[in-house]
Amino acid sequence: MDIKQLETNFDAKLSKNENIEPKDWMPDNYRKHLIRQISQHAHSEIVGMLPEGNWITRAPSLRAKMILLAKVQDEGGHGLYLYTASESLNISRDDLLEQLHTGKAKYSSIFNYPTLTWADIGAIGWLVDGAAIMNQVMLQRTSYGPYARAMVRICKEESFHQRQGYEIMCKLSVGTKEQKEMAQDALNRFWWPTLMMFGPPDAESSNSENAIKWKIKRESNDQLRQRFVNQTVPQAELIGLTIPDKNLKWNEAKNGYDFGEPDWTEFNNVIHGNGPCNKERLGARIKAHEQGRWVREAAMAFAEKKKERVAA
Amino acid sequence: MANTKDSQGPLWEVFVQKKSGQPFVHCGNLHAFDKEMALQNARDLYTRRNEGTALWVVPSDAIVSSSPEDIGPFFEPANDKVFRHPTFYKIPDAIKHM
Repeated sequence: MDIKQLETNFDAKLSKNENIEPKDWMPDNYRKHLIRQISQHAHSEIVGMLPEGNWITRAPSLRAKMILLAKVQDEGGHGLYLYTASESLNISRDDLLEQLHTGKAKYSSIFNYPTLTWADIGAIGWLVDGAAIMNQVMLQRTSYGPYARAMVRICKEESFHQRQGYEIMCKLSVGTKEQKEMAQDALNRFWWPTLMMFGPPDAESSNSENAIKWKIKRESNDQLRQRFVNQTVPQAELIGLTIPDKNLKWNEAKNGYDFGEPDWTEFNNVIHGNGPCNKERLGARIKAHEQGRWVREAAMAFAEKKKERVAA
Repeated sequence: MANTKDSQGPLWEVFVQKKSGQPFVHCGNLHAFDKEMALQNARDLYTRRNEGTALWVVPSDAIVSSSPEDIGPFFEPANDKVFRHPTFYKIPDAIKHM
């Protein structure tokens, strides 16, 4: 089959909303786009374990500690689903990790912010996981089969994450004056970085056009951001917290909120390695990988020894 | 597809049976160095919420699959034998269920 025919078949599949599977022919740029997006998603899951892991030993109760442990374990699992989805595009796990550790591959900018108080764990579950869910619900219908299937499993597990975070915020908001202030402070610090998670405005998003054309994404950054704001504002109001945006206003005509513009200079700074925790996060990842080397080598040696014994 | 040269160990495909009596369904894959580790990792990764009561793990490179280019000719024989389907046959109206 010549390339023209292969391209026609590929486009026909997409227009019928059929999934593309690993063994199907796909344009090089589609493959590259997916490797970039899925691996960035995988990296975000495992780097996302770090800011939350910071609070496991200091969780305020045994219940809270068990929940947080389970959540962080889920994030590790989500990373693994996504890594194998990327690997189905013919790139090895070693290469993917190398790209993360050398800074060639990115992860979500939100994880470069510190978790200073227990309320930050609430804000992350409620806002950060809430924003991630909004994106991931859309990605359940993404055109690449292994990515779509990973997303279905992730979405099933993610809903507990958001609810446990909101529960923490609810509890703090009916607590002492200091606890209420702590919740408000966490919202103040995490609100804008959360809005940035959806990516740059549509007009300036370099990757969006192809992603929509190839049905990798079905909705634009701005559409998802708007839906997140519409959904989250009433949740904040209900527990007496104030969204830190003086331009936030209900707009009857569009049946949604008008809201302010995130600071895109800050976004670009954090993306390019200059956020508050970039060095710490990447350092922790590299250290974990290096210190795990002997475990991988020992496991490999043990497996080979057992194989020899069976053969003998 | 299988990156067995990886430092992460070979790739395994995981199948979960939801309840006894039901078929084993493919749910994803993972890396592990040997079969015991593959089974334990599969439990930790794919059945944290009672998704299953039994698991299979199979080395990915042991799986033989059809290729997408051959869909037409490969599955052709299924299409031209409509008489394999029960609806092909005319049964008197008086017979309600068969």
